[in-house]
Amino acid sequence: MKKGIITVLGKDQVGIIARICVLLAENGVNILDISQTILDGYFNMIMVVDITEPTKGNEALWNGLQGIGTEMGLEVRLQHAEIFDAMHRI
Amino acid sequence: MITTAEIMETNRMIKESKLDVRTITMGISLLDCADADIDRFNEKIYKKITTYAKDLVKVGDELAMEFGIPVVNKRISVTPIAIAAAGCQTDSYVSIAKTLDRAAKDVGVNFIGGFSALVQKGMTAADRILIDSIPEAMATTECVCASVNVGTSRNGLNMDAVKKMGEVILETAELTKDRDCIGCAKLVVFCNAVEDNPFMAGAFHGVGEGDCAINVGVSGPGVVKQALEEVKDSDFETLCETVKRTAFKITRVGQLIAQEAAKQLGVPFGIIDLSLAPTPAVGDSVAEIFQEMGLEQPGAPGTTAALAILNDNVKKGGVMASSYVGGLSGAFIPVSEDHGMIEAAEMGALTLEKLEAMTCVCSVGLDMIAIPGDTSAATLSGIIADESAIGMINNKTTAVRLIPVIGKGVGDRVEFGGLLGYAPIMPVNTFSCERFIARGGRIPAPIHSFKN
Repeated sequence: MKKGIITVLGKDQVGIIARICVLLAENGVNILDISQTILDGYFNMIMVVDITEPTKGNEALWNGLQGIGTEMGLEVRLQHAEIFDAMHRI
Repeated sequence: MITTAEIMETNRMIKESKLDVRTITMGISLLDCADADIDRFNEKIYKKITTYAKDLVKVGDELAMEFGIPVVNKRISVTPIAIAAAGCQTDSYVSIAKTLDRAAKDVGVNFIGGFSALVQKGMTAADRILIDSIPEAMATTECVCASVNVGTSRNGLNMDAVKKMGEVILETAELTKDRDCIGCAKLVVFCNAVEDNPFMAGAFHGVGEGDCAINVGVSGPGVVKQALEEVKDSDFETLCETVKRTAFKITRVGQLIAQEAAKQLGVPFGIIDLSLAPTPAVGDSVAEIFQEMGLEQPGAPGTTAALAILNDNVKKGGVMASSYVGGLSGAFIPVSEDHGMIEAAEMGALTLEKLEAMTCVCSVGLDMIAIPGDTSAATLSGIIADESAIGMINNKTTAVRLIPVIGKGVGDRVEFGGLLGYAPIMPVNTFSCERFIARGGRIPAPIHSFKN
């Protein structure tokens, strides 16, 4: 399984998780773990997802998330989890 | 499991400290393209390069998207043309440079290196043709980079070649004077050139290499600076430890991207080059690291020591993070490409002589330095000889990439644009070395014992 990490940072507002989850469902991406905090009005979410085979292809998934980020004024990133393992684990 | 703090740290490095993979360079051997007919040779190299590298840019961009880290440059290095084209019956290799340029543009890379000759001990007819072709080749192409190796610690220095390169640099400047002598920014003179360097302008694919390899250059001076900010005014042990840890993290990312790129392109992974290469952007500067270490400006007393610490600890951290380290692996200080160096040069804190001293402890040499256009060929050769001697005696790579800017003098400024940046014209010692350079011949290989 290929794990991806989605990070969302920005001002809290209605529907952030909803929109991201809908997009993930449409792309056949399963959510493995989710953690979220709101600090001083700032929304901070980390989601672990299975990106072994997004049904609409990688580009659609990445562009979709980027689109939500731009529309809602949030910083949305999806990265292969390996980059964090490589950097922080020997 | 990775923690939230670790995820945030990585993303902060990428977003705020401009951590990136500086270049994915595909090395391609052109030895099997040899042909007596230069047109057929050009046809063969074009076909080989565009076939091997057709997905290079696509894969680089995809990896950047999927891992969320910029892959700034996608480049190609090829077998030194003076070797690959030695069998061609011709008196000019300019058409080869044009073919390389076309191939680079067609696959979408921004530079292709390997218009090169290795003449540390002597010159073949092909080496001579190549060197004579450099000025026109640099003037008529955009993406092609040239390099000439004039010495090694094993062979000594070829002073005929050193003399010749002074003239070639001036001629290249003359032919590109309408574009701020940009031709010279694509031309490097080396001592102890390495065969697997992924960085331009000195990249070429050495003859000891396989058919094709992926070499990756990582970067991240901004990340090192940020890490040092967190241990402000600590002692040297903490300082070194911090640089080491940071270099480890930076290199691991490079290693991951290099392996993925190699896998997806179906090409063996070559090496990771551990270098802190700056860009003209604020926050992506080696000079800022010096300032964070406690120097008012790069060039102040202490700069050579600071650079030695930086360079050594980047290697110590990086070596453990990667299975194969190679290339130049040192601190890059291309003056025009680092806003902090530019400022230091403009205010007179940083001189050519201090930069030369700094090259004794880092790998790259006098890089991207604009000098007055009326500098003589002999003086250029003298500077090359000095820098090469440092490399030869100390068993390290050194290089010279000087830009004599025709029509400009000290106090003027020159703009190269993009990653190449801008630079103030730096003064050069004006006393003559004409008779020294005119001697010709070779400087014998140095003794490798009695090291003091």
